[in-house]
Amino acid sequence: MTIDMSQFYQVFFDEADELLAEMEKLLLALDVSAPDNEDLNAIFRAAHSIKGGAATFAFTDITEVTHMLESLLDRIRKGEMALTTEHVDTFLAAKDVLNMQMEGHHHGASVDQDAVGSVCARLKQLSQGIVADAPAVPAAAPAPAAPAASSAPVADADGQFHFRIELPEVPQRDVDALATELGLLGSITQEILADKRVAFTLITGEGKDDIVAICSFVLDPDDLKITCGSAPAPAAAEPGYGIFETEKAEAAPVAAAAAPAQPAAAAAAPATEAKNMGRRATDKEVGQESSSIRVGVEKVDQLINLVGELVITQAMIDQRIAALDPIHHERLLNSASQLSRNTRDLQEAVMSIRMMPMDYVFSRFPRMVRDLAGKLGKQVEFVTRGAATELDKGLIERIVDPLTHLVRNSVDHGIEMPEQRRASGKKEAGRLILSAAHQGGNIVIEVTDDGGGLNRERILDKAKQQGLPVTDSMPDAEVWQLIFAPGFSTAAVVTDVSGRGVGMDVVKRNITAMGGTVDIRSMTGVGTTISISLPLTLAILDGMSVKVGEEVYILPLGYVIESLQPAAVDVKEIAADGQVVKVREEYLPLIPLHQIFAIEPLYTDPAKGIIVILESEGKKAALLVDSLVGQQQVVVKNLESNFRKVAGISGATILGDGGVSLILDVAALLRSSRQLSNDPIFS
Amino acid sequence: MTNTTHMNHGSKDAGDGAGDEYLAFTLGREEYGIDILRVQEIRGYEPVTRIANAPDFIKGVVNLRGTIIPVVDMRIKFRLGQPTYDEFTVVIVLNIAGRVVGMVVDSVSDVMTLSPDQVRPAPEVGTVFDTEFLIGLGALGERMLILVDIDRLMSSSDMGLIEKFAA
Repeated sequence: MTIDMSQFYQVFFDEADELLAEMEKLLLALDVSAPDNEDLNAIFRAAHSIKGGAATFAFTDITEVTHMLESLLDRIRKGEMALTTEHVDTFLAAKDVLNMQMEGHHHGASVDQDAVGSVCARLKQLSQGIVADAPAVPAAAPAPAAPAASSAPVADADGQFHFRIELPEVPQRDVDALATELGLLGSITQEILADKRVAFTLITGEGKDDIVAICSFVLDPDDLKITCGSAPAPAAAEPGYGIFETEKAEAAPVAAAAAPAQPAAAAAAPATEAKNMGRRATDKEVGQESSSIRVGVEKVDQLINLVGELVITQAMIDQRIAALDPIHHERLLNSASQLSRNTRDLQEAVMSIRMMPMDYVFSRFPRMVRDLAGKLGKQVEFVTRGAATELDKGLIERIVDPLTHLVRNSVDHGIEMPEQRRASGKKEAGRLILSAAHQGGNIVIEVTDDGGGLNRERILDKAKQQGLPVTDSMPDAEVWQLIFAPGFSTAAVVTDVSGRGVGMDVVKRNITAMGGTVDIRSMTGVGTTISISLPLTLAILDGMSVKVGEEVYILPLGYVIESLQPAAVDVKEIAADGQVVKVREEYLPLIPLHQIFAIEPLYTDPAKGIIVILESEGKKAALLVDSLVGQQQVVVKNLESNFRKVAGISGATILGDGGVSLILDVAALLRSSRQLSNDPIFS
Repeated sequence: MTNTTHMNHGSKDAGDGAGDEYLAFTLGREEYGIDILRVQEIRGYEPVTRIANAPDFIKGVVNLRGTIIPVVDMRIKFRLGQPTYDEFTVVIVLNIAGRVVGMVVDSVSDVMTLSPDQVRPAPEVGTVFDTEFLIGLGALGERMLILVDIDRLMSSSDMGLIEKFAA
């Protein structure tokens, strides 16, 4: 029976993609001076899993690279080799090569064999370089895969090593598991030490590294105490253990069995790995590959649409049964209300599928910043904040390009060279912060650097050269906006990174197309912040629904401070048709929603309705509505995709009954309300 | 809230040679035709969410399986017939250049194939439509269809459905 392996290719590619991404993330997070063993192990595991998969599908080129990568990693994680930046660079390069090879197998993209060759050579060099540096190993095979133990164990005549492994305090279950695993390497005996810890004595043809590798799946190798010696050592330590001669005799069959035992050990390794993963997932992160599945976007969209229809159907049923006699049809009505609850939950759950954390975008920057900084000879400390902020997938994909540009700009132009930074009394390493947050009703994504800031004079000079209408007295904010003009670049030197003057205008255009705005805050010598504010298109929003007449509107909860029913005496007339309301000794302008939207309200008297106190951009106002309906999470839908922008409305949402409700643009309402004075009037 | 008719979107050229297919509908006592390939589906009228301060012919927006689409009432826009809303009121859902719009009409009659020689140039006067938005008049026996260039009409600034961006 032949199995068509190609059907599994996709799974392998998807998995490998995730593993590579994970590997890159870990590599970038590695602290070269003090690498976390856990991370090294995770990187090793990723390389190992890819190797295994590639071998299954006979992608020999991938297997080769991962093998070399794995061997080198293995030695580093065992502490035989100190991790250097060069290693990390090579690993990253290897990751890129693997990506390329993967593409080659997947889509038939061309693979740059030179790059593959050079990375392989570097990997080889690195692993050999250290071998040469370790003169303690006399006749160690130069092959990178050969795990040359730095402790230089002495093999006995049969090539067998005698290891004594003292375990830290671990549960008996783990001891048994280890004993079984180690038993596959050779013959093992177990003894209990005085302090109830367990020690193994293992006679094996394998190196110390393999023992550590096996143990590290269960416990931290640092806690292990492994001593190695040929016969005398254990014999001396354990006088009652037996005579060396007899031991050799019993070791002989083991040696013969060593060959077949090896594959068994290899087969057991992944099993332990899997077990180990499961265990760790319970107490720590990991397990990402098991907690997510990959689904095509079109399937999700179809699901969202279908649920939308279900909700409408559900609403129809509700309408029909509302006419039924509640006593005769009690059970039917109960079932229907349960169905309606379930439908709502389902809709909510399905809607959340499209939401993705900003991490999806942010995670690609550490690598880029690192490479870029390296190329430019700068030091950059990259920080991300609010990576968990959720944004619709569609929007998240569109924000990638503009953000990439801004980050590049910050590294290239913003952050100064180390010498210059030192001269101006700053830390040599510049700081680049990428942050995302829901603010008010918007998503604000900021790129902040602590570099030199924008140069007002240079921008103005350049603007004059280009014949733009500028004056020297322009406020900063307007000057900064000039850099968004097409073909505008003030970079002293055009680098291949940026400075050609194309870009900022494209950034601005892209963001405007998404309905967002770009703001710049900058201070000479202190730094620059570029702030992208995106409207809530499709983002999930906590909303408060309010009712005026027969119409229901959604207020983004972020703007709402409180709601109350004012006493008649607190409402004062100002001028002809302006009203203010006194709330906690503060007079706030009153905005009657019914007046702005021409609705027939239930109440025109503020004392009968409800006022909702809103705050935006530091200004407060009181919005008069008839009643509050409730609070709910809503998915913001764009009105512009099929219609146009409507004044005072930032979007729309679909309510549980399938109806549409409009979301108020609070900032615009407060701004445009002619009753709104600049500051609340204090009594 | 009612049966929806999904129609296949073929390419615009599909009808060439044999003639173009038009969906016939009525507004008041006049019969109109629009390119069938622009029609996404036909639905019953359902309550809309009013858009404040919008022209009266823009009835509001509705949820079409998760997408929010505007609904315009041609009877109000062109002051034809009585704008009544009951179970027989029909909304033609149009897909024009990727944008979806609902159009309220009095009724939808049928789909007709008109060969090029059945389409006569539109006279300068005679309908409420500006001739700019007309393809011509379709003659089919006793019937006469006013053929509307729905793409142009719906994207016109008259309708106010699409924001005009400064170039």
